[in-house]
Parts: sequence; structure tokens; C-alpha cells
Amino acid sequence: MVQEHELEPETVDIGVNMGPQHPSTHGVFRMVLTIDGERVVDVEPHIGYMHRGAEKLSESMDYRAAIGFQDRTDYLAQFMNEQAYCMAVEELLELEVPERSEYIRVILCELNRVTSHLMFLGAFGIDLGYFGTSFTYGFRERERIQDIFEEVTGDRLMYAYFRPGGLAWDVPDNFVQMVRDVLPHTRQGLKDLDLLMTQNEIVAVRTKGIGAMSAEESINWGLSGPLLRAAGVDWDLRKDKPYSIYDRFDYDIPLGSHGDLFDRFLVRLEEARQSLCIVEQALDQLPDGPIMPEKMPRRLRGPEAEVYTAVEGARGEYGVYLVSKGGDKPYRLKMRSPSFCNLSALRDMTVGSYVADAVAILGSIDIVLGCVDR
Amino acid sequence: MIGIFKSMYITFATMLRTPVTIEYPAKHRDVPQRDRAFPILLWDKEVDEPFCTGCHACERACPVECMTVTMKDNPLHADEKSTRRKIVDEFWIDYGRCMRCNICVEVCNFEAIAMNNTWAGHELSKFDRNDLVLDLQQLLSQHKQDKIDAWVAE
Repeated sequence: MVQEHELEPETVDIGVNMGPQHPSTHGVFRMVLTIDGERVVDVEPHIGYMHRGAEKLSESMDYRAAIGFQDRTDYLAQFMNEQAYCMAVEELLELEVPERSEYIRVILCELNRVTSHLMFLGAFGIDLGYFGTSFTYGFRERERIQDIFEEVTGDRLMYAYFRPGGLAWDVPDNFVQMVRDVLPHTRQGLKDLDLLMTQNEIVAVRTKGIGAMSAEESINWGLSGPLLRAAGVDWDLRKDKPYSIYDRFDYDIPLGSHGDLFDRFLVRLEEARQSLCIVEQALDQLPDGPIMPEKMPRRLRGPEAEVYTAVEGARGEYGVYLVSKGGDKPYRLKMRSPSFCNLSALRDMTVGSYVADAVAILGSIDIVLGCVDR
Repeated sequence: MIGIFKSMYITFATMLRTPVTIEYPAKHRDVPQRDRAFPILLWDKEVDEPFCTGCHACERACPVECMTVTMKDNPLHADEKSTRRKIVDEFWIDYGRCMRCNICVEVCNFEAIAMNNTWAGHELSKFDRNDLVLDLQQLLSQHKQDKIDAWVAE
């Protein structure tokens, strides 16, 4: 007699290892996905493959020399890191930054935000399977701004241009004209990306309602930057805790409503446009004058104090917490990197979605591994 | 469907544009005057000796410790040809360690060191890592032969 078989087949969850060499993890990020069929049940992120000890290195040298390590944390928005660090040192040493330096800093930071967002818009296309098209479009426009940075600072990626107190040297004479010539191209490039992706039905299907996070959850996870604003929370350090000279410009903070991938894409696209508005206004107001304070000490020696300064980086709040016990070196330098804090919410965003969307969700967080691991 | 046609329109419009890329190894784009490749030493043509006095300022300020400098008495000063009492004896820079932060140029009191702003400073591929450690003669040769118009901020 044939024994009766059980008809219900047994299902098991499979662990899938993704990274650290996977091209769509935006660097050396590893996540272990547990999947049930096509659905993601659990995500376990592994970081630390790119840890270079930037905080510790900055503690071992004087305030001026450590500027080179600030670029190397968030290497797609370098000027913002430099500004956060310089602001911390300036607050500690009570240095007054000249007007002209503040304006040049704002112009470069906002252009940097545009390059960073162009990088996101391009790479997001790849994550959705738009292979290469949007990526090359984004890079084409990014390159023009990169050329300005190269003319001004001399380097293409690791600028090391800001100094505690001001700037390393003045901008070239044709700087204003150079930026004005590039702005129309950048606007056109953003328009191209807008036409290419915003109304595209394939993009809409892949992004709308995926990886959504409510406003309350976003705040609880400590998200910041475009991710938080996509969820509808009106929080931008440039407006809410004005630093530098951001209170002198007229611009809008774009907000999303659903907090899904599509909103994150739109928020970044609009933010890049608003940054261009700030650049235009700053160029109009750019004053003449010195770039370093008159009474600049030759050796930077800080008092015994603690300072925390934060800037609105391209990915969120980039903060520098600096503890000084006197002397010319920081006792402790802590970087509050937005990528790391935003990445912590990856599990909540991903669980329940399809495997293919996991890559897109990770892409929408727009992490920079140099910033996560520091 | 409209959205896909818009995307296709952008793609076709871009197809007709002139390319923006340069075929790199065959063609080189111009590097700006402020371009920062790797540090080199400058040669004082009037006295026929390096500007560098070997004062260790750059060595102390370097965040990655890529420099080694030694100092000696200047023989030309004894003959009263030079105003420099001391002069650089040996100078090594490890280009493999250098992170091109420009701090050595800023701390130099004699404007003796500058960043290489030519293509020769970027194309440095070597088979052996030790070949990236340059000595005094190699560091001076570029400016000595007038191959560089060095830029140093005031």
C-alpha cells in the first residue's frame, strides 16, 4: 500500500549575501538579505570595510593640517564637510570669517550640493535598471561644475580649500563669469533628467509606494536631509538653524508627502534647482575684501571647551563635535555623518519589499561609504 | 505612455549633440594654473641653488609625514655668492603617501616648494612603489629645466 504523501510543500527562507563588492551597493557595503521567495524578510547590514579612522587621525594633528581628512569622509559633498569642520574650529577659537569668504563658501557649497544630487539622480537611474543613460547625463553636467572647482581649488575631488578663518586663497578673477556661464547648462541638465525620469511610467512603477517611511518613523530613526523632507517634515538646517549667511537668501525647501522613493527623487531634483537660485543670489551680492581675518594667529591654539556645529550637507545634517583640552590639537573630534544615521533605517524600509527593490531603496538613501565608516 | 515618449525625445536630442568627452591617452585637456598634482622644489636661477634652506617647516606640517629633509651649511655663503646661510642637503618626498593637501606650500617661508601643475605631475604610473620616492635632484629637475610655471598663492 502506497503511503500518503503530505501535499503541503515546505518553504524555507534563503539567505542572500549582497556585497561588499556588489556594484550597486555604492561602495563597499554588505547586506545579508533573508528572502522568502521574492520578498525580503530581514536585512542585516555590515559596515566598516572602509574605516580609515578619520576621527582619530584628525585628533593627532593640529587644526589646520586635519582639513585634508574632512574631504575624505563624505567624498561627494566635500565642501560641506570642510565647512562644518572649519565652523567648529572658528567657534572654538572665536575667529570672525570675512564676508567675502562666507559668500564664496556658500557658492561652492551649493554648487557642491548640485554635483552631489546630480550624482544621486544618475546613480538612481542605474539602481532602477536605466542602465547608464541617466548616469551619463548626470555626469555630463557634473563635469562642468567640477571644472569650476578645479579652476578655483586646483583639485578635482579632495579640495582642501577652506581653512579655519576663511579660505586658502582667493578665487580667480573670472570666477563670477565662470559660474554664470555654467548655470544655464546645469539647469538644462536638470531639465533633461526631469523629462527623462519624472513622468516615465517605468520609473513610476518602480518607485511609487516603495520603501515608504512615515514622518513619525523618520523622526524616530533620526533621519535628516532629503530623506526626512521627502516624508514631509519641514526641517532644513539652512532655514531652521541658520548658519553662515544662509538667512540672506530667498529659496524654498521642497517637501514630499509619502516618503517613498519617488518623493526622495523629486525632493533632490528640486533641491538642486533651489541651490542654483542661492548661487545666483550669492553671485549678485559677492563683496570684495579680504579672505582671512586680520588677526589670524600663526599657530591655532584652542581654549578648553566643547563645540558642536552642524551644516545641512547633501545627505543631511553633517555635524562636527569638537572637544578641546587646550593646545593645538582637538582632544576628541566626532563626526555626525548623515549617511550612517540614514542607513540605520534600511531594515525598516526594506522588509516586505521585493529583492529587486532592495537595491533601489539602498540607492535612494544615497549613502557614501566614506561617510558611513569614516 | 507620454512619459516614455518624452524620455525617448531627450535621448534622441542628446544623440545629435556634439560629444563632450575627450579621448584621454591620445589627447590631454588643459590643466588649470592652480592644478595641484604633487609637490616639487623650486630652483633659484639667480644664485644657481635651490630656494629651500631645509628648515623642516613642511616636514613638520605634513599631515601624512611623506617628507624627509636634512640641512647643511651653504658652501656658496662662505664664498659670499649667496645670502642663504643654510641650504637643503637631502630631500625626499614619497609621492605614494602624499595626499596633495597643499599645506607644505602654505607653511613654506621661502616659497621654495610648489605644487606641480602640469600633466607630468599626474601621469606617474610606476611598476615599483619605491620609484615614487623622489630625491632632491628629481624634485628640482622640473623647475630647473623650465618645464613648470609654478603657482603659489600670496
